[in-house]
Amino acid sequence: MNAPKVLDPIASPEHAPFRDAARAGRFVIPVCRSCGKAHWYPRARCPFCFSGEIDWRDASGQGTVYSCSVTQRASPPHAIAYVTLAEGPSVLTSIVDSDLSRLKIGAAVEVVLTEVEDGMFFPFFRLKRTAG
Amino acid sequence: MSPRSSAYIVGAFEHPTRKAPDKSVAMLHAECAQGALADAGLSKDDVDGYFCAGDAHGMGPLAMVDYLNLRVRHVDSTETGGSSYIVHVAHAATAIATGKCNVALITLAGRPRSEGMATGTVPRVGSAAQPDVPWEFPAKPTTANMYGMCAMRHMHEFGTTSQQLAWVKVAASHHAQHNPHAMLRELVTVEDVVNSPMVADPLHRLDCCVISDGGGALVLTRPEVAKTLGRPLVGVIGAGEAVKGQLGGYVDLTFSGAVWSGQAAFAAAGVTPQDIKYASIYDSFTITVLMQLEDLGFCRKGEGGKFVADGNLIAGVGRLPVNTDGGGLCNNHPANRGGMTKVIEAVRQLRGEAHPKVQVANCDLALAHGTGGLLGSRHGSATLILERT
Repeated sequence: MNAPKVLDPIASPEHAPFRDAARAGRFVIPVCRSCGKAHWYPRARCPFCFSGEIDWRDASGQGTVYSCSVTQRASPPHAIAYVTLAEGPSVLTSIVDSDLSRLKIGAAVEVVLTEVEDGMFFPFFRLKRTAG
Repeated sequence: MSPRSSAYIVGAFEHPTRKAPDKSVAMLHAECAQGALADAGLSKDDVDGYFCAGDAHGMGPLAMVDYLNLRVRHVDSTETGGSSYIVHVAHAATAIATGKCNVALITLAGRPRSEGMATGTVPRVGSAAQPDVPWEFPAKPTTANMYGMCAMRHMHEFGTTSQQLAWVKVAASHHAQHNPHAMLRELVTVEDVVNSPMVADPLHRLDCCVISDGGGALVLTRPEVAKTLGRPLVGVIGAGEAVKGQLGGYVDLTFSGAVWSGQAAFAAAGVTPQDIKYASIYDSFTITVLMQLEDLGFCRKGEGGKFVADGNLIAGVGRLPVNTDGGGLCNNHPANRGGMTKVIEAVRQLRGEAHPKVQVANCDLALAHGTGGLLGSRHGSATLILERT
């Protein structure tokens, strides 16, 4: 018997617009057409005004680290973080492709859209280069 | 008899085991039930209300009610992680007050230690249908790193230090040295804590609770029955419960649901944090205690670091004795769920049955508070205020 899948597109129809956009290289976030507020994690119903009219809008992919925690003894070392998007909401994510000694609250990061399993995409983030 | 209490905790039992490879989880539940009923002077057949949470295997209360062969007319399997049992006490008191049951039994048991569970450092596999899972699981959230992020933000906002966090563990070790059942009985220093290996930055190994097998149980009953039992009367005079999540994405890690559950409990009891003589505060990690003390109003937000430092939580030394059994940090964290043992030690204190070295003098008002789930994403929060009559 196969173990139940943790990431399962069949169980996650609300994820479909995100992965479709991600496959095309676009990072989109849900914004309520009624109250205008962006939210995260994405739902088909606005968690603020309960409207079911959700637009998926292109986001900048830019953010700053709200908090983070590095597990050095993981192999390789693993960094979890909340990244506050330029558009407002914070995303629970992991910091990848980065020198983790530079990771701190307030650090500028950018999205790395990655296919994780079975067509499921996930927004990881990496530290922005300091220059420029 | 205080008119404020419609129900009394008359039985409390903490299983002495910390490692139970030869016992089933159901056996441990039954041993705890037997212990708490014996403590109360009641029998299995007196029980007409049963309460359990997700540690009890088998569709809410169904398997355990059948295993224990109870004849119940009220059940409640509210599941809010480690805070569940504190919620159950409140729900049991309400059920008794409204005539739904006369004798309520609450049990908890588990054996993560024998099962070799990496409780804090491996992502728990949720269901694919849990709505947050596709948006979070690939980030590998673990118990340790999700609490680590709370500590990191607290340090950033308020200047809290690892040394201040360490004082929570130091206090727990001072208490645990007197508890013969405690898993860790050795005194530790602030230096020991901050020099222990880093688990999830900024939390060190000694900032984390133990992984232990075991369990506990509580029995509540109505005042007329309680008065006949000859045990000290521990009344439930205030309770609050809350769930806090990510607030639609506008995440704020600086406070917990204790802000809401605590306020409700204090309002119901008509007392203030300054009136509390003893507090059991869920200590999954040192940061958990520090934040909850702030959120419950024992000190101002951001001043938890100063509040816990210099032995302020040590019985006989500080202003607020906390977790005098050694807590989850040193004594016991059965089934990875600390709410049950929080209530049990509060009951011991109110009865005057805590270890003499840690017993709070004239302890007539106590608080038990728990967090369940992950402080850094979504958690249950439950507060009880208990009074000895």
